[in-house]
Amino acid sequence: MDGYEALGRVLTRMTPDEVIQVVKDSGLRGRGGGGFPTGQKWLFARQSPGDVKYVCCNADEGDPGAFMDRSVLEGDPHVVLEAMTIAGYAIGAHQGYIYVRAEYPIAIHRLQVAIKQAREYGFLGEDIFGTGFAFDIELRLGSGAFVCGEETALMTSIEGHRGEPRPRPPFPAVKGLFGVPTILNNVETWANIPRIILNGADWFAGMGTERSKGTKVFCLVGKINNTGLVEIPMGTTLREIVEDIGGGIPNGKKFKAAQTGGPSGGCIPASLIDTPIDYDNLIAIGSMMGSGGLIVMDEDTCMVDIAKFFLEFTVDESCGKCTPCREELCYYIKANSLCALGQSAPNPVLSTLHYFRDEYEAHCIEKRCPAGVCKRLVHYVIEEDKCKGCTACARACPVNAISGEVRKPHQIDTRKCIKCGACMETCRFNAIVKR
Amino acid sequence: MNTVNLKINNIPVVAPEGATILEAAHLAGSCIPTLCYLKEINAIGACRICVCEVKGARGLAAACVMPVSEGMEVYTNTPTLQRYRRTTLELILSTHRTDCLSCSRSTDCELQQLCREYGVDMNRFSKRDQGFHTDASMPHLVRDNSKCILCRRCVAVCRKNQYAGVIETCERGFDTHIACAFDMPLSKTACVACGQCTAVCPTAALTERDDTPKVWAALNDPTKTVVVGPAPSVRAQLGECFGMPIGTNVEGKLVAALRRLGFDKIFDVDTAADVTIMEEGTELLHRLKEGGPLPLITSCSPGWIKFCEHYYPEFVENLSSCKSPQQMFGALVKTYYAQKAGLDPKDIVVVSVMPCTAKKFEIGREGQKAVGLPDVDISITTRELADMIRRAGIMFPELPDEEFDPVFGIASGAGHIFGVTGGVMEAALRTVAETVTGKSLENPEFHEVRGIEGIKEAEYDLNGTKVKVAVTSGLSNAARLLDRIKAGEADYQFVEVMACPGGCVNGGGQPHQSGDVRNFTDLRGLRAAALYREDEAMTLRKSHENPVVKELYESYLGEPGSHLAHHILHTTYVKRGLYGKGK
Repeated sequence: MDGYEALGRVLTRMTPDEVIQVVKDSGLRGRGGGGFPTGQKWLFARQSPGDVKYVCCNADEGDPGAFMDRSVLEGDPHVVLEAMTIAGYAIGAHQGYIYVRAEYPIAIHRLQVAIKQAREYGFLGEDIFGTGFAFDIELRLGSGAFVCGEETALMTSIEGHRGEPRPRPPFPAVKGLFGVPTILNNVETWANIPRIILNGADWFAGMGTERSKGTKVFCLVGKINNTGLVEIPMGTTLREIVEDIGGGIPNGKKFKAAQTGGPSGGCIPASLIDTPIDYDNLIAIGSMMGSGGLIVMDEDTCMVDIAKFFLEFTVDESCGKCTPCREELCYYIKANSLCALGQSAPNPVLSTLHYFRDEYEAHCIEKRCPAGVCKRLVHYVIEEDKCKGCTACARACPVNAISGEVRKPHQIDTRKCIKCGACMETCRFNAIVKR
Repeated sequence: MNTVNLKINNIPVVAPEGATILEAAHLAGSCIPTLCYLKEINAIGACRICVCEVKGARGLAAACVMPVSEGMEVYTNTPTLQRYRRTTLELILSTHRTDCLSCSRSTDCELQQLCREYGVDMNRFSKRDQGFHTDASMPHLVRDNSKCILCRRCVAVCRKNQYAGVIETCERGFDTHIACAFDMPLSKTACVACGQCTAVCPTAALTERDDTPKVWAALNDPTKTVVVGPAPSVRAQLGECFGMPIGTNVEGKLVAALRRLGFDKIFDVDTAADVTIMEEGTELLHRLKEGGPLPLITSCSPGWIKFCEHYYPEFVENLSSCKSPQQMFGALVKTYYAQKAGLDPKDIVVVSVMPCTAKKFEIGREGQKAVGLPDVDISITTRELADMIRRAGIMFPELPDEEFDPVFGIASGAGHIFGVTGGVMEAALRTVAETVTGKSLENPEFHEVRGIEGIKEAEYDLNGTKVKVAVTSGLSNAARLLDRIKAGEADYQFVEVMACPGGCVNGGGQPHQSGDVRNFTDLRGLRAAALYREDEAMTLRKSHENPVVKELYESYLGEPGSHLAHHILHTTYVKRGLYGKGK
């Protein structure tokens, strides 16, 4: 729909400064996580002196369970090419790179096809739209390192080195890819650009909250009836997303928390379910927008387990360059790390610790997991009054931890028990419980 | 130069534009601790020891990489920062093998120094053993990742300064470690053995192989005559190990210490450097006359030789066939001296004291056996000698000045300056110029080839023959120079290459200086000045005027380049190529 019409308009009827002004006026902020004003970023890159500049697309979507960018790349790869070319015109660049993770083979294939088509139709290459403007795009494949979604690490990786963040300043807009001014935006940010050009800055700025304009795509997953991608205007409340769009929690369970922002984000408790979602509100309550992952948790979820899962993820994915990030410790690493991955890695712990301190205390002091998730702290117990002594559980137990005479209540030897849960599944009388 | 005004700990300071907080703080009299940062080598802001508070900034700034800006207000030592730095150190210790009491870097370890300053709790975090094994596959060094703090100075110096890049960071997160490609042992890589990594390592993760037990054993063997010879630059550095100022020449005390350690003969490798000039100068004149192969490239630096064999094998024919001064020294001891002293070469143990770890590799090379025995038996670094002096209870600073033993006890100023980049070139020019013109030089100093720049060029008229020369140090500079020669962009007749930036005074086996010193001191310049001062104070400044050298040729070798000289003092090289080809 309207493919490359925005590019045509930009190249034939707008100056680079006008393009940047429209993007600035729209209030668009980076959709990849940080939320930096996109127009401002372009302006910095335009103002940086240099004959050679680059435009990059961050398509290294790495948050577990998130596939917003993938859907754009697979569904409409041309919108990204068009937007990058517009940006190239705006900042004075003639080469673009799309850094896409190798785990997205369909997206890669479609991008390759799209680039070929765009070149054939003269939307990429020399003399685009007969205006003399030249711009081309190449793909670079990431090899599965989460940290390569961090902008300086991504550029280091494109340069052919081990993908690791580097200190800022200098910022990429001044000294980025191969040491020249570079702008990097993520897929969803790019996808907004042609619409903004065609419909105007006011149209885009008319949606959203005061400081967060437009819409945001979320990947709604977890304990929710309707999973999938949802696009909402900024300022929609979490309750609307969970209850109206998501159709509530399965099995009539209660909403406990929502995790936003991927491994670097935090958990929002039920008490804050009416918070309008935008960049600043999420940061204020200890989470972040991130690229748009939204994991819903019900009452059976153990928050300590969740925090542990995300922390293990960031520990695995830390590049290992700076000391604090190699060796996690919350407040300390947040202030002290080199890059955003490190600085935000403790968020899952800090936010869950803040809102669910009682669960941490139960784990640490009472050695008990209230949600019954954490294997090490769970005990399986046979309730004597319910046990009929049918011996089914004893036969199901793989380690012979259950003993007892027929037709008399059985017992579980907790020293032998490996907490596999086989007994509980076998019991027809609901006599076995987790504590 | 544009400047910016800022405040460091409330003290106003004017710093050059583009300076880092670390540099500005130094101007304001504040020392910010560093661990991974090393000037001109490594600036990656990774260790987070140098973090500072900048008013109005989000998070903390790494002083080593954060440029100053107008009106900035920086705090370098608040209670918060002290706490963070202490925690950083405690986290490093959680994966660091802390056998500090007997560690070879104890009292000389930058991590240990910081831990003491910040009063860390060694046991705050439970220790995690990552199961690393040491790599002792090379004759010159030992890599022990259990002591590694991942500062990456070694990676940077190997790749950026020395072009080799044989070690890199591998894996991620907690598993991050420094390794060779595919976790190969170092011996299977194109490591040039320069040892720069051991010189910059803040801990004992990279150390020279300790060969002092072999020396002690030889000294305690009554059947052996143990002969020692220190290299030119050792006398300009050994004092640093005993708290003396950088650039103190301790030649006399060095000799005294070696005598007290029990060596039977204390000779000067500088004398062999003079012999090298006789041979190499003759070779240059021969090649100029015969038309090649040119440029003739010096062969004193074994790190450079190995580099050339691995990375630029097409230049192997250009290398001078002269052995290095160390090897000439050993060869002459086991031939000329053995004959004079009536000793069986089998009963002589030759020990060299070198600024260099590649010398440990060199003694085991093919073609370094003038009498069928290794020319040099044991090669130790300046640092190892300092360890021996300490263990022997010798009060080094209080020692009297003593003289080298004859027959290799006299060296010219030309031999002394071998230890600094440009020194071999200058020494050769002094002799070659006089040989060609037959006239005595009015001023024997060739300032064009001095200084610590990476590549220096000059052109001289030798009795009508124009000779273009180039001097380079640091293997990345050498690579640049060779690329230019290869591309036909440069045309030289004589080239001096030293593997280490600045030459032997900055060799891989020289005393450690912490980042605090290296970042704000012209280490190479100060050390080089000691050698130039010694040369300047001498009347004997040319190799061919050295009476010992004259006597050697008259009574034994004949003339430079003679058949016997070739047999004893020259060698051959191999084309190694890169990975998996030859050791």
